Amino acid sequence: MITLNINQKNYEVDIDPDMPLLWVLRDVIGLVGTKYGCGVAQCGACVVHLNGEAVRSCVTKVKRADGQKVVTIEGLGLTNDHPLQKAWLEADVPQCGYCQSGQLMSAAVLLRENPNPTDQDIDDAMAGNICRCGTYLRIREAIHMAAEILRKGS
Amino acid sequence: MENSTTNLSRRSFLKSSALAGGGLMISFTWLSSFKAVAEKLNNPGLPDQWFELSGYIKITPDNIIKIYNPNPEFGQNVMTSLPMIVAEELGADWQQVVVEMGPHDSVKLGPQFTGGSNSVRMYWKPLRDAGAAARNMLMQAAAQTWAVPVEEITTKAGKLYHEKTGKSGTYGDFASKASGIPVPKGVKLKDIKGFDVIRHSKKNVEGLKIVRGKPLFGLDYKVDGMLIAMIEHPPAFGMKLKSFDASQTLKMPGIKDVFRLKMYEDDFEFGGFDTRTFNDLLVVVGTNTWEVMNARKKLITEWEPVGDRKEKVNSFGRKKEVTIPGELESSDVQYQKMRTRAKQPATVLRKDGDPEAAFKNAAQVIERTYNAPFLAHNCMEPMNFFAHVTDEKALFAGPLQAPGWVEPTLSKIFNLSPEKIEIQMTRMGGGFGRRAYGHYLVEAGLISRQAKAPVKLIYSREDDMTYGIYRPMYTATYRAALDANKNLIAFHVKGGGIPEHPVHENRFPAGAVDNYLAESWELPSNITIGAFRAPRSNFNAAAEQSFLDELAEAMGKDPIDFRLELLQRAKERPVGKNNDYDADRYAGVLELVRDKSGWNKPENRKYNRGVAAYFCHNSYAAHVVDMVTKNGEPYVERVFSAIDCGVVVNPDAATNMVQGAVVDGIGNAFYGGLTHKDGRSEQSNFSEYRIIRIHEAPKSIDVHFIENDIDPTGLGEPPFPPVFGAVANALYRNTGKRYYNQPYKNDIINRKNNIDKKAF
Repeated sequence: MITLNINQKNYEVDIDPDMPLLWVLRDVIGLVGTKYGCGVAQCGACVVHLNGEAVRSCVTKVKRADGQKVVTIEGLGLTNDHPLQKAWLEADVPQCGYCQSGQLMSAAVLLRENPNPTDQDIDDAMAGNICRCGTYLRIREAIHMAAEILRKGS
Repeated sequence: MENSTTNLSRRSFLKSSALAGGGLMISFTWLSSFKAVAEKLNNPGLPDQWFELSGYIKITPDNIIKIYNPNPEFGQNVMTSLPMIVAEELGADWQQVVVEMGPHDSVKLGPQFTGGSNSVRMYWKPLRDAGAAARNMLMQAAAQTWAVPVEEITTKAGKLYHEKTGKSGTYGDFASKASGIPVPKGVKLKDIKGFDVIRHSKKNVEGLKIVRGKPLFGLDYKVDGMLIAMIEHPPAFGMKLKSFDASQTLKMPGIKDVFRLKMYEDDFEFGGFDTRTFNDLLVVVGTNTWEVMNARKKLITEWEPVGDRKEKVNSFGRKKEVTIPGELESSDVQYQKMRTRAKQPATVLRKDGDPEAAFKNAAQVIERTYNAPFLAHNCMEPMNFFAHVTDEKALFAGPLQAPGWVEPTLSKIFNLSPEKIEIQMTRMGGGFGRRAYGHYLVEAGLISRQAKAPVKLIYSREDDMTYGIYRPMYTATYRAALDANKNLIAFHVKGGGIPEHPVHENRFPAGAVDNYLAESWELPSNITIGAFRAPRSNFNAAAEQSFLDELAEAMGKDPIDFRLELLQRAKERPVGKNNDYDADRYAGVLELVRDKSGWNKPENRKYNRGVAAYFCHNSYAAHVVDMVTKNGEPYVERVFSAIDCGVVVNPDAATNMVQGAVVDGIGNAFYGGLTHKDGRSEQSNFSEYRIIRIHEAPKSIDVHFIENDIDPTGLGEPPFPPVFGAVANALYRNTGKRYYNQPYKNDIINRKNNIDKKAF
């Protein structure tokens, strides 16, 4: 039995401890905001927070998360209204939208560690997330915008 | 009660009816066609005949305006832009508009095709007509109620006003009454200059759902009792399953069944979009994706060559029999075959003047050959589809660009009439042409029928990349003849491909040169190909625009001036009759990008600048790419884009799409390419197939639209092709070398190592 705290809610799941967290979230728990893109930690569509750190859930065995805190896109921010989500809407970032959960989850860790990132900081932190539609310029813009929201405390 | 009107000159049909709970519904159908050859996708192309488009607007008594979007959404933002068109003519308050994705209905809604940059273009007139008619009926309803002349009624943001009496009401108040009023004919549309929704940026109506990770995509679709299925494909094109042993697989947890299925019978007549990679399916079915992925690894399989085979094709009425070679193909061998074939005679597609004599008499002949590999679409959401097929009916749900094209196939395969087949269209995690091919619905349906259960078929990333329907492998040789005064007197393009050629014989510079020859040839292949964002153009714009750049240099001319001179010639004294571009609009984007990029300004000389322009899908695009060297590598730091696609419905979203096309173009130009060894794909995941990442994206992409009142034309594809040419031209100024083989990163490495015979 694996115990998980996902988005501040406890779950007990009777599954193979080697199953990647991605598929536990998607197929077992039913939280499908976390996306499958490559399965080999190359694209970042599956990024979630494990004890606050960004991990690739497609290569993270669920046993590593046993008893730990997991945050997915559905739990980003207390009311799912994180400054990044607001900024993403304001900059109208998404095209197809498929990669954006992973982008947001990576960006959230960046902003927590570095509340005032430069373009270079953003490129360094976000290089693991592929956007096939090419919304990278708006991702940079939205991260700056979210940093601004956080600075103003609004 | 129903009221209707037809307007045959515009081939439109509007119908109104009362809603069950009160309110008004306007439904419309519109017969449309794609006329220009330029619009066609790769052969097999779009249908020639007229077809029917439909949709509806509902206005409820509580003033909610629901607009049903008939066209699939794959990131081009039609869920927002199409309803904006209705809202404009209806005079609706955008805040009151609710958008809903419609179901597929082959009887009422036609092909519902997302592709060919056609969504806005197809729906522009019918949506405006429908919105205007509905507004007029609401005005009549208010006029009757208030006993005032209809001419004195005004509307604003979803409300009706009569100034003299001070009366006002919402659209919802009059919706039920309006449903009893005959649909008016020929209601005057708004003057484009007076638009207050169109041309005013609106946010993506699905934005909030996307940033909160709501289930929107096919991969997120789930029903109770649903099983997961994956297909074990042959390891190489040209192979098929000989035998298998699933005993170990069946012992794995969660596994329900392993079975073999044949996709199409031997005499199956293929429709234009029935392309599929393999006909023999080996299927693993289980309860959970990861368990199925794991169990696949335990399969013991034996594969054998398919051999040469023939297939009957009926592409929108054009019947032919094609022979598909059984060879296990390798990119190096294919490349050499192309070199050999390119030297042999080819099919003449267009000839103006006397090109042979002009080349013979030329003072100088410049000849260059360009090559590009297969490209995989690599949609972020891998191919997948839900199916639940019984003897009585079938339900399908998932990401698909053209439900109307797979439905006849499903009807044949499952022996069900179209009314018994329901296709639900989810938001797509990218498409790029890949999802115009609905073979995965047939696969999912067959698996569901066999498993007697609702099933979701999922392709792993490796499946998606290695069993794709790719952009073909292309080559083209361009020749130009100059006279003693360095005037361009003849132009020749000879293009070929595996298995389709790329040549658009009536595109620029056809029409601008007295002596012109366009030829093509094709080599068959068993590697499956299809539409990829701006088919053919995505190669031509790289080759032709690189060649024109080199030509301008040889003639001692500025690359923009040289193109403008050719366009001037094409406008004033066009050569030939079938030139399919408008020289003025073409020149317009070049002039705009010259101005906006500060092309001649000294402060921009620090950049290695490349320019390119192209016409496709009825729109015009030009880019100036500013390259620098960053960490020893060429890097595109800035891009200026100028686009003429007529009226821009949603400017900020349109800008986003152009920026995305630029990033996609830079990425594919530098890194894109799928190669094969003995039929086996040499790249299977993003670790081997490089996709552009954020640090490789430009710092700025400055997008400018030509402002005119021309009805909208395509935007999803046109900005993409010229990026390749502009990158190649900037690369020349950055490195001092011309690069002819995509992807350019590989060409740079090969040139450094003096490898000249390697394919890609």
